[in-house]
Amino acid sequence: MSEKKYWQSFGELNQSEANKKALKDEFREELPFEELGNENVFNAKTPRRDFLKYMGFSTAAAAIAASCEMPVRKSIPFLNKPDDLIAGIPNYYASTYVMDGDAVPVVVKQIEGRPIKIEGNDLSSLSGGGTSAQIQSSVLDLYDTTRLRFPMANRKEATFEAIDKMVANGLAANAGKPLVILTSSITSITTKQIIAEVLAKYPGSRHVQYDAVSYSGMLEANQASYGKNAIPAYHFEKAKVIVSLGADFLGTWLSPVVFANQWASGRRINEKNPSMSRHIQFEGYYSMTGASADERYLHKPSQTGQVALALLGAVGGDASSNITGELADAVKKTASELMAHKGAALVVCGSNDVNIQIIVNAINEAIGAGGNTIDWNTPVNYRQGLDSDMVTLTKDLNSGSVGALLVYGANPVYSYFDSQKFAAGIKKCSFTLSFSEKMDETTELCKYIIPSHHWLESWGDAEPQKGYVSAIQPIIHPLFKTRQFESSLLKIAGNPDDYETYFRKFWIAQLGGLENYERFLQDGVMENSKIRTQPVFVNPSDLTSGDAVALATSDNKDSSGYISPKPAITDSTKQPTGISMPMGTAVFAGNVSDAAAKIGAVKGGDKELVLYQKVSIGTGARASNAWLQEASDPISKATWDNYVMISPELGKQLFNIDIFKPRQSDQYEIHPDKPVVKVSANGKTIELPILIIPGTHPDVIAIALGYGRQSEDKSKTKEYIGPAADGVGKNLYPFAVFNGNNITYAMSATIESTGETYKIATSQTHSITEGRPVVREATLEEFIADPGEQNREEEEELKQFGENFTRDATLYPTFDRPGIRWGMSIDLNTCIGCSACTIACVAENNISTVGKTEVSRFHDMQWIRIDRYYTGDPKNPDVVFQPMLCQQCDNAPCENVCPVSATNHSSEGINQMIYNRCIGTKYCMNNCPYKVRRFNWADWNGADSFPDNQRGILSEATTNLDQDLTRMVLNPDVTVRSRGVMEKCNFCLQRLQQSKLNAKKEDRILRDQEAKTACMQACPTHAIEFGNVNDENSKISKLRFQEQVNRKFYVLEQLHVLPNINYLTKIRNTKRKVGSTSEKV
Amino acid sequence: MNQVNRLLTKTLTVFLFLTLISSVKSVYAADGETLFKANCASCHKPLESYVGPALKGAREREPSKDWVYKWMANTTTMVNTDPYAMGLKASHGGVVMTPFPDLSREDIDAILDWADKFQVPGAPTGGVPGTTTAPTSDNTVLYGLLTLILAIIGLILLQVNSNLKKLTDEKDGIKSPTPVPFYRNKTYLLLITIVLFVFAGYWLVEGAMGLGRQQGYQPDQPIYYSHKVHAGVNQISCLYCHGGAQDSKHATIPAVNVCMNCHKAVKEYAGEPILREDGTKVNANDEIKKLYSYAGWNPDTKTYDKPGKPIEWVQIHSLPDFVYFNHSQHVKVGQVACQTCHGEIQNMVQVKQFATLSMGWCVNCHRSTNVQFNDGKGHGNKFYSLYEKFHQDIKNKKYDSVTVQMIGGTECGKCHY
Repeated sequence: MSEKKYWQSFGELNQSEANKKALKDEFREELPFEELGNENVFNAKTPRRDFLKYMGFSTAAAAIAASCEMPVRKSIPFLNKPDDLIAGIPNYYASTYVMDGDAVPVVVKQIEGRPIKIEGNDLSSLSGGGTSAQIQSSVLDLYDTTRLRFPMANRKEATFEAIDKMVANGLAANAGKPLVILTSSITSITTKQIIAEVLAKYPGSRHVQYDAVSYSGMLEANQASYGKNAIPAYHFEKAKVIVSLGADFLGTWLSPVVFANQWASGRRINEKNPSMSRHIQFEGYYSMTGASADERYLHKPSQTGQVALALLGAVGGDASSNITGELADAVKKTASELMAHKGAALVVCGSNDVNIQIIVNAINEAIGAGGNTIDWNTPVNYRQGLDSDMVTLTKDLNSGSVGALLVYGANPVYSYFDSQKFAAGIKKCSFTLSFSEKMDETTELCKYIIPSHHWLESWGDAEPQKGYVSAIQPIIHPLFKTRQFESSLLKIAGNPDDYETYFRKFWIAQLGGLENYERFLQDGVMENSKIRTQPVFVNPSDLTSGDAVALATSDNKDSSGYISPKPAITDSTKQPTGISMPMGTAVFAGNVSDAAAKIGAVKGGDKELVLYQKVSIGTGARASNAWLQEASDPISKATWDNYVMISPELGKQLFNIDIFKPRQSDQYEIHPDKPVVKVSANGKTIELPILIIPGTHPDVIAIALGYGRQSEDKSKTKEYIGPAADGVGKNLYPFAVFNGNNITYAMSATIESTGETYKIATSQTHSITEGRPVVREATLEEFIADPGEQNREEEEELKQFGENFTRDATLYPTFDRPGIRWGMSIDLNTCIGCSACTIACVAENNISTVGKTEVSRFHDMQWIRIDRYYTGDPKNPDVVFQPMLCQQCDNAPCENVCPVSATNHSSEGINQMIYNRCIGTKYCMNNCPYKVRRFNWADWNGADSFPDNQRGILSEATTNLDQDLTRMVLNPDVTVRSRGVMEKCNFCLQRLQQSKLNAKKEDRILRDQEAKTACMQACPTHAIEFGNVNDENSKISKLRFQEQVNRKFYVLEQLHVLPNINYLTKIRNTKRKVGSTSEKV
Repeated sequence: MNQVNRLLTKTLTVFLFLTLISSVKSVYAADGETLFKANCASCHKPLESYVGPALKGAREREPSKDWVYKWMANTTTMVNTDPYAMGLKASHGGVVMTPFPDLSREDIDAILDWADKFQVPGAPTGGVPGTTTAPTSDNTVLYGLLTLILAIIGLILLQVNSNLKKLTDEKDGIKSPTPVPFYRNKTYLLLITIVLFVFAGYWLVEGAMGLGRQQGYQPDQPIYYSHKVHAGVNQISCLYCHGGAQDSKHATIPAVNVCMNCHKAVKEYAGEPILREDGTKVNANDEIKKLYSYAGWNPDTKTYDKPGKPIEWVQIHSLPDFVYFNHSQHVKVGQVACQTCHGEIQNMVQVKQFATLSMGWCVNCHRSTNVQFNDGKGHGNKFYSLYEKFHQDIKNKKYDSVTVQMIGGTECGKCHY
């Protein structure tokens, strides 16, 4: 076996006893067999007589239930059927996901009037059709049972007319003092214009934009350096060397979907001519972006400025720093690489300190980033909030000098560092009005509430980047008595139009005509300020056969009539198209020496706390989304909580746990109960459990923001914010420090053990690989020198079976695949572990969310999980992500153990799972070498015919998922599984069947890339490829048999299960050895 | 002696058992009404001439007693040879009856017996007091009685036999076991248990398989809508109203505005009287008025002057949630006629579920139906060109057509996901 070593848990690394035991059992609970010993049989919990009673009762109950008459079902057609709606055929509408300044063009699938799935808009060259877990999950928020359902005045329901009158009177009464509109960053052109109208009506008023996690430092630094209060567009795809100083740009920083798309285009390997960009990460804790980096250097957060200074000094700038030792060497090496690729290098920094950002700007100047990898012509609008504005507002509110406060999209009472003061200020303000969709912490304190629509019910536009405008159109009629924020503002401004009319007028005027306006709405995006020129909307049912042929030959329309564009990145070596405008530069005029002096004054602590965001929960604005809560963190794999991430060294120091010793690692690892620590910083303390994460700086502790949502009256949290957010984690926003200029998210802290424990539900370490070479990895150098090296060992091993392993290594016959043979390929090189695929799969396939208790019992249901493997130096290991889903084995071990043949094979190579046939023996689950089968231990979706029979059994956090409102999110083409049934990935069979049917209906062959799985479509880096392997011209077969022959491997191929999913070896652009344990402790 | 005795008992048991089973069978075979509804009702009425002649008194009109059996098995040739059949054809607009070779003589008798006894429901019976409606001609009861009597005789004989045996035993001085009453006799108990098990098992299996199935379901609809008038007499294409059938998985029930496309002009019904199954007449004009009230249409002013409301039809065909069925796959791609699954819908006055819609029924069709393979002459669906192997085999004359099953149409995952 290879000397490379990959491990998921410390037990696996140490080969501990508990690990060996865990290898034997899939679930933690003991089976109740010992109770049934000979002498115990009469004393057993369920003796024979009870058993007979139960059996008698259930037979009788079944007989009674079965003899009930069939219900009379009604079938109610429309009174007037809309032309574009055929029951059972989904419509797709372009729109834009907007949330807290994030704006990503999407296409929404609507079936029978309900939006049920969100896809990326392939027409967008920014996102390239990618999405994130947050975007995928936002459709669930539409059906959130805790949304506000009507306008309220002083907590009493009011009609729109009444509340409009009250608002008008209230504003008039307070007109003497300024009105403040407090929002999250606004990317919409029309919204900004409407806000301006309101401000014009109330002179002296102002608009304050507030970001929960502030980017003010960057804005101010750019003001100081370039005279521009803006953030430029970054082009990671043009950078040969990417250096990130603590910026989690693939996960949470600024615009991760866009950056992941760009970053991936530089990371794809063309085997004929292998090359890739180099990614160096400096950070204190293990971020998701750090996991994908080629080199990762650790430092304390307080050293960020010094690292930046050292880097500036090393690239020829006038700066010096106090860092020494390994870190200084690392900076020097990094600088020389940056200089070697001058003009194709980029440095980004996650700090919110204006001085550090000025230094970073200076570095980017020195390495020629401006105009090459940084574009000043098209600045981005994702974050526009300035810390000083909020400080002033808080002060003004407290001094009573604000006449009226209008809040939309911002929740400072939860997320502001000085939320107490802000809350006190709100209470002093005589007129407060919130437009929030939900009763969040800030809205609770407001007198008037006019709830706004969810974005899926809204009109609008978003300009995330200058010239890149995307449209928002409503996909569903508003579910509740809500009114869009902009419409309410127009009322306040005295404009007679509602927002829909306003929006329409504005864009028809802008675009010059109705036709262009409709084209803009249909495309959803406009790039470089131009709408696309391809027209036509074709309804396939209107087609004559001649048209159908024409449609078949043109490859940019799908049968639903939606113009699905050419994939933005079709060739792995090509850059994204669309960015054709010349890049803009700006003249640097920052005061480096002043900034350096201020950085020099920063003092670090013995231990330092860094506050980060998780890729799923982010700032916590959508903490009530159960899908997001259950998406496990890429690194820690923990769900439903925040916790203190500490290094193994700190763990040893605090709890005397030496994680690299088998017995001690078991003690820490094997139970979900983790020791609780008390963290004190900035005069505040908090108690949270720890998770030991190797690769964390020994003196750094990291805690995620976005948790601990809580209503003023704690018991109301469930009702106001949502059951999924109730009691989940703790709020760390109050720990953020205002340094007189900016809010910073790192500070010195102390940490001590409390002696208590707390359960954390993690979704990994129960699927153990037993040291088999499940992931493969090579360095770029090794790969160029010997491309097939990492596969050779296995090839040798398989040779003993004969020439053709598939055919010769078995007694059984091989089967024909006469038509289609579906296959998937997953590129480990571009997988960033972001969970977008996991949540896309949840949304597409009606997968249950089970809640924390069930996850901790390993009853999680997600069909595609992302395994995180550590490798290399256990103190600072590399991380490899591997999405693991049903491998659709042609020789599937699960199939031949099923007593009722509920899982069997299709002639297209799919391992089918027939829910209505399954009797729940779980034999298949035990026999699956990949551990990808999921069992329904309860009825989470309300599929059972007896309503509410799971109340009190299931987790409180998921109670609203079986409500009629929430069930509107279910995909009608996929069976909703009930209790006692096994389930697993089936390659989105419903989509494959649909695409085949579309081809048949149009009398044509099936086109490549026509059938897409949900995971493939959601992936922001296009790491997943899918298609018909039997078609020689399909991308998947070209990839498997021509383009990626050396990187291609099958997981556990030697078992002869013949998987239909292949992976592509991870390549790291580094000179280190990868996957080696030679530096063993 | 003992052995002979036991053998006798066993034989008797088996005999009794078989009698019971066969009598069960005849109970099912002779349900004339069910048979009539399933096979004849679309063309025949019991009392009056319809597409075909009235069935009441048919046997009296026919030339011989056996004529009807011959006719049912072979309508197509007899209609050209037999004078009575030729007469029937002439008097019924040249329509020839479909042959029913599967119906047994008992079935035919049952149907005709039922028709002969048929009376308009609700109408006064007017029978002579002496003639009861007791099932005089129903053989089932007769057979049942006979079986019962035989069984009792058998039991008595057994009892007598055992008593005699006991006496002889006593005489011979053989100690016989203490006598047990017959209801504790293990042989009897076993017998009864077996019979009960067989009945219960049969009932359970039939019942369980029939769960959720509703073949023959024919609910009353909010409007007495006649498919016969629309699709049959007026030859309106099915797809005009059920357009979803060629586009979508749902055939879709037409919206009220689709009805109004024609019924703005068609205000009155002037065709043949529409008769319910029980023979009563439907006032079609009232039904059209109902439609107008749903649509909110005022036929006098020709305006929609009232708010409309959708019609709450009762769904007849329904599949469980774990089954995926797509109409367009069958109608548009497979070119399957609507009648294949929905029966002679153009002759149904009120729609009734024709097929069982069971999985076995689906699978059987998938096994025998050919797909529209492209023959290279412009026929067939181009999609199937990807099955190169099958095209090659057809060229090599290994077989001449490809069934749905061969391209995976009977795999679980085609309908269950």
